[in-house]
Amino acid sequence: MLIYLRKRIVSSALPLVVVIVGVFALARMTGNPASLYLPLNASQQMRDDFTARNGLDQPLLVQMADYFGGVLRLDFGQSLRTGQDAAAMALRAFPATLQLAATTMVLAVLLALVVGCWAALKPNGVADRISSFVSMAAASIPDFWLAIVGIWVFAITLGWLPTSGVSGAGAWVLPIATLLLRPFGVLVQIVRGSMVSALSEPYIKLARSRGAGELRMVTHHALRNAAAPALTVAGDLTVGLVNGAVVVETIFGWPGIGKLMIDSILQRDFAVLQAAVLLTAVAIFALNILIDMGYALLDARVRPVTARA
Amino acid sequence: MKSSITEPAAEDQLPADGQPLPGKQPHPGKGSGKQDGNLTLLRLLLKDRFAAVSALVLIIIGLTAVIGPVLMGDLATKQNLLFANKAPFSLAYGWEYVLGSDSLGRSMLARLVVASRTTFSVALPAVAAALVIGSLWGVWAGYHRGWRENASMRIADVIMSFPSLLLAVVVLYVFSPSAGNIVLILALTRIPIYLRTARAESAELQSRTFVDAARTFGARPNAIIGRHVIPVVLPTLLTLATLEFCYVMLAESSLSFLGIGIQPPDVSWGLMVSQGRQYLQTAWWLSIFPGVAIVVTTIAANVLAAWLRIATDPAQRWRLALPRKRLIVRIPVKEAKP
Repeated sequence: MLIYLRKRIVSSALPLVVVIVGVFALARMTGNPASLYLPLNASQQMRDDFTARNGLDQPLLVQMADYFGGVLRLDFGQSLRTGQDAAAMALRAFPATLQLAATTMVLAVLLALVVGCWAALKPNGVADRISSFVSMAAASIPDFWLAIVGIWVFAITLGWLPTSGVSGAGAWVLPIATLLLRPFGVLVQIVRGSMVSALSEPYIKLARSRGAGELRMVTHHALRNAAAPALTVAGDLTVGLVNGAVVVETIFGWPGIGKLMIDSILQRDFAVLQAAVLLTAVAIFALNILIDMGYALLDARVRPVTARA
Repeated sequence: MKSSITEPAAEDQLPADGQPLPGKQPHPGKGSGKQDGNLTLLRLLLKDRFAAVSALVLIIIGLTAVIGPVLMGDLATKQNLLFANKAPFSLAYGWEYVLGSDSLGRSMLARLVVASRTTFSVALPAVAAALVIGSLWGVWAGYHRGWRENASMRIADVIMSFPSLLLAVVVLYVFSPSAGNIVLILALTRIPIYLRTARAESAELQSRTFVDAARTFGARPNAIIGRHVIPVVLPTLLTLATLEFCYVMLAESSLSFLGIGIQPPDVSWGLMVSQGRQYLQTAWWLSIFPGVAIVVTTIAANVLAAWLRIATDPAQRWRLALPRKRLIVRIPVKEAKP
């Protein structure tokens, strides 16, 4: 188990390192920040001072070492917009996104398990067709448009829910519903597929012949084996949820990391963007490892195979 | 008709055994005559009502994107404050305002038509570039195996494990948002999809007898890849590309919506949704119609991709040749005991 875990950490760390180096490279590609941070009419003396003060006159390797040191101390510099510590701003925005993403994923998995099992019991039945329609819709409807339709119908026309903000339970409904659609649609298909094949396994026949009830058979026998693929896909979907979060947070004014990123891009707030991107990358890295652990715990067959590979 | 019903029964048993009989395997690449195959494909398409309608819708939208802006380009930018914010579905102000107008009195219909070209001119090159690069790379990696395969897969992992929108956001921050850069970043983030698929298929194919035979005759790797591997993988990859078209179009819309995609005065469907957002209370059609255009296009492409996946798979094609009623009865029988 520990060997397996170490392997997974090493292979998941590669993207993380790429991101850290990538952010560093991007920082250099934007050119000298002096032209960005100083006023347009700054003198050459001021520019040189600024360059020296921020260590930009040093060799690239020294800069890189400084940068990695800063990353380790979570020191990304100050926000151009607010003057606050960039890392603190990113960390403050993070819980809001996390709450949103976690609630969405839990709901998506639970709903998908129920609907997927229901669909798998009768392939090509009513439930099956509904679920395949939903997954088709989930793949076709842009999330930002769904959010706007939601606002138009439920907030403006009917006046049931607030258009944006975080106050009250009602504010959660539209963002979560918008974020939910895609993971739900994909997961239903996965659960349905693996349940259909699990339900045709010999051990189900055995359970049935021994008089197990239909419900018990699904929950105790088939689902345990069908859950592993769904978990893997759910992990990938959570990574993708960051995409959705950027859009949804912007529309609903949710003070999360996605909104922070878009705001800092539109206002060229470089330090904050760096901090936010890196924080997200670290979160994804941790998530990947958690998922791999969960997967290995759930399915004993995975461990030796993956450890060998 | 009779033969098409009895034939699938034989094919049906192949997957049921778990191992297909080697002798019965249809020879890939050769098929049973290419021109014949294309004709059958067209006949199958016309038989499936949903797929045929989807194809028709896509053709119409495609033609609109090509021809429309030539006819309506001026109309899309013509402002007429007398006709500002007119509600849709009324012919009282002339046919060009049938879908309403925006706050500057520009015709919604004309703007939608012009935006369709922008949307397509980003999505199509991005899909094409990712398809060509990803497929060739994947086929090459899968054929050679070894370190080339490992290195390629690692690169794919790195790109895949990072949210694509985030990547686009960062890159478009450094390079200014323009159509060319959007195509570049979308192609880059979607290459791994083709890379993985092509690699898996090609790794399996390179151990097949017909590839072995070609190798024995002294054909060089690139020649084998071009003549024997790619023709077999191509249907799968083209189906994937149809599906990817939806994804890329949605991604472009999202970027434009967020303000880091297509920049005004250019206009794309995603940007129109974004621009109409602030008028949601007074003029809902500004946001809703471009969204409908996106949804209709993606649904059509999705349906077509689902159909293509079956139609280009020799082991599954029989499903489409059957009358509809039989199809519904047969599927549960097959899925109940795979």
